[in-house]
Amino acid sequence: MTLKPVDRRSVLQMLAAAGSAPLVLKSTVARAETPLTVGILYSGSKQDYGFNQSHAQAAAALKKLPGIKVIEEERVPETIAAQRSMEGMIRQDGAQLILATSFGYFKPHVLEMAAKYPDVTFAHTGGVWTAGMPENIGTFYAYIFEAQYISGVVAGHMTKSKKLGLVAAKPTPNLLRSINAFAIGARSVDPAIQVQVIFTGDWVLPVREAEATNTLVDQGADVIAAQVDSPKVVIETAEKRGVMSCGYHSSQADVAPNGYLTGAEWNWITPYLVYAGSVRGGKKPEPYLRAGLGDHFVKNSPFGKLVTTEARAAAETARADLIGGTRVIYSGPLKDNKGNVVIPAGVFQSSNDRALDGINYLVEGIIGQV
Amino acid sequence: MDAASIGWLALPLAILGGAIRVSTPFIFVSIGELITEKSGRINLGLEGTLMLGAMAGYAISYLSGSPWLGVLSAGLAGMAFGLLHGLLCSVKRVNDTAIGISLIVLGTGLAFFLGKPLIEPKAPPLPSIALGFWSSVPQVRAALDVNALFFVGIALAFAVYVFLNRTGWGLMLRTVGDSEDAARALGFPVLRVRIVATMAGGFLAGIGGSFLSLSYPGSWSEGLSSGQGIMAVALVIFARWRSINALGASLLFGGAGALGPALQGVGVTGYYYLFNAAPYILTLAIMVASTSRAAPFADAPGELKLHR
Repeated sequence: MTLKPVDRRSVLQMLAAAGSAPLVLKSTVARAETPLTVGILYSGSKQDYGFNQSHAQAAAALKKLPGIKVIEEERVPETIAAQRSMEGMIRQDGAQLILATSFGYFKPHVLEMAAKYPDVTFAHTGGVWTAGMPENIGTFYAYIFEAQYISGVVAGHMTKSKKLGLVAAKPTPNLLRSINAFAIGARSVDPAIQVQVIFTGDWVLPVREAEATNTLVDQGADVIAAQVDSPKVVIETAEKRGVMSCGYHSSQADVAPNGYLTGAEWNWITPYLVYAGSVRGGKKPEPYLRAGLGDHFVKNSPFGKLVTTEARAAAETARADLIGGTRVIYSGPLKDNKGNVVIPAGVFQSSNDRALDGINYLVEGIIGQV
Repeated sequence: MDAASIGWLALPLAILGGAIRVSTPFIFVSIGELITEKSGRINLGLEGTLMLGAMAGYAISYLSGSPWLGVLSAGLAGMAFGLLHGLLCSVKRVNDTAIGISLIVLGTGLAFFLGKPLIEPKAPPLPSIALGFWSSVPQVRAALDVNALFFVGIALAFAVYVFLNRTGWGLMLRTVGDSEDAARALGFPVLRVRIVATMAGGFLAGIGGSFLSLSYPGSWSEGLSSGQGIMAVALVIFARWRSINALGASLLFGGAGALGPALQGVGVTGYYYLFNAAPYILTLAIMVASTSRAAPFADAPGELKLHR
């Protein structure tokens, strides 16, 4: 008889089996009241005043609901570590729904885990589900540029110098869509308004973001908008320089009590609840879920104290028009900032138009280059 | 207030302002590293020390209400890390480079862990000196709003120069760094000198970190450092282990770092990835230009394991 060598893996398996015995008992008891365990992965810090915080806020709201247990892990790299983290949530904590909130988790990590655990539902932020992928994957995202348009309307009303500054990370299609929407919103108030954009070149670069903000203020911009992963530094620097600011991802109002006008925020709790509902109902997850202001997927930060009643009213009108469909942000005739017509007259590209997915231009009135 | 655009004038102004604002952490960390390397050891862990200092400075400033107390505690936290590095490297057959890298991870992790509750509160920042009071142009005033630590950094560079070249202790430090055998023959306490030099380096790196969280950009967040600690180590080599050169290199690096955003600001909108890389390109160019085939390591401390 040959004895199988005892290696690390088999020891771990035995330990796990022994350790899970009470868990199995517990879970049969708990099943009576059917709690739903949701595992959430963040790529960065939950308190980044940005993208991850917007997810963490939704997670906190989810936690408050009865019958839902939330497990979170932050700073999960977009590597094989993401798979280990998901697997741990599924096997140790019994997660039935995994929310993978960073773009890089999708391929191959979510795809592989979904194939391995067909009974678990995976919902991913920003990925695009295509036929042939496991059917227990849902992908969701939100039309944040609709909220950016509203911010633009507010900024357009508030600016005195007719020059807005925008600190952005990289010219990716999603950011370009938002930058353009902000400019179109501002220029709907006054076509003389110009938006100057500075790309820092990466998602998180605090010192360069501060430099960019200072440069924009030096150039005469009196409203600074941030489109970086963690807009805290930009908003803070704008406040120090005594100019107004518009936030992104989550609210940065508390770092700029004087100058913060409004901001474009994600409202992830809505898609979270959609997927929690499909798990509860035993249904397949929605493979491609996208929505905007009207469906409460995005929102704007409450108006800051400087925002005039006129600007508030204009923002509310714009909001109602966008939701009602009487106003379309990307509607022709629209020129890019090199003078080419990108959307001809009479053409309306509404928010769910896939033609906007590959956007690669900056609209007229923006000083900057992709 | 005249808030009008000042156009192309903004470029030299942004570079000047950038040199002043961005360079301060580089000055402190590179001079600190220079002292350590002069003793014959390299401490790569200053990136971790920088983060720890940034967190500690912010924490103490928030709790005590005094930003200067924060700066001091940042220095002390850095010094403790320097002591750890110094002691670990004094054990036989321990590699200082490897210890340094592990201290990057430890320092950053510790700073993140202890810094969790500090992300939201607002600590009192370091006051700055309004040197632009004579100007009515707000852009000039903003560029010349200089933090006192910047001047401390400049004074430090000259003080370290005098210390290394004109004092007995400076000679001892250089001897230990250049030849351990000679230092032992002279009866110098080699290990003690190295530990103290690493502690001094950690102290200054901690202060450099506190500048990031207490002055510019001026708040604690986990993404605060984008590699300033590592770059400062490279700047020491670039500066050929001379403190005045390290000061110059830091200023150059800070000014060149402002070029990317500033050029986009004045309307040169293309090639920003290239301009953002300006500090690195400039560093490379100067390094290539200043190489010497005859004596490539003429200025390096003899005991540095960098080139043995």
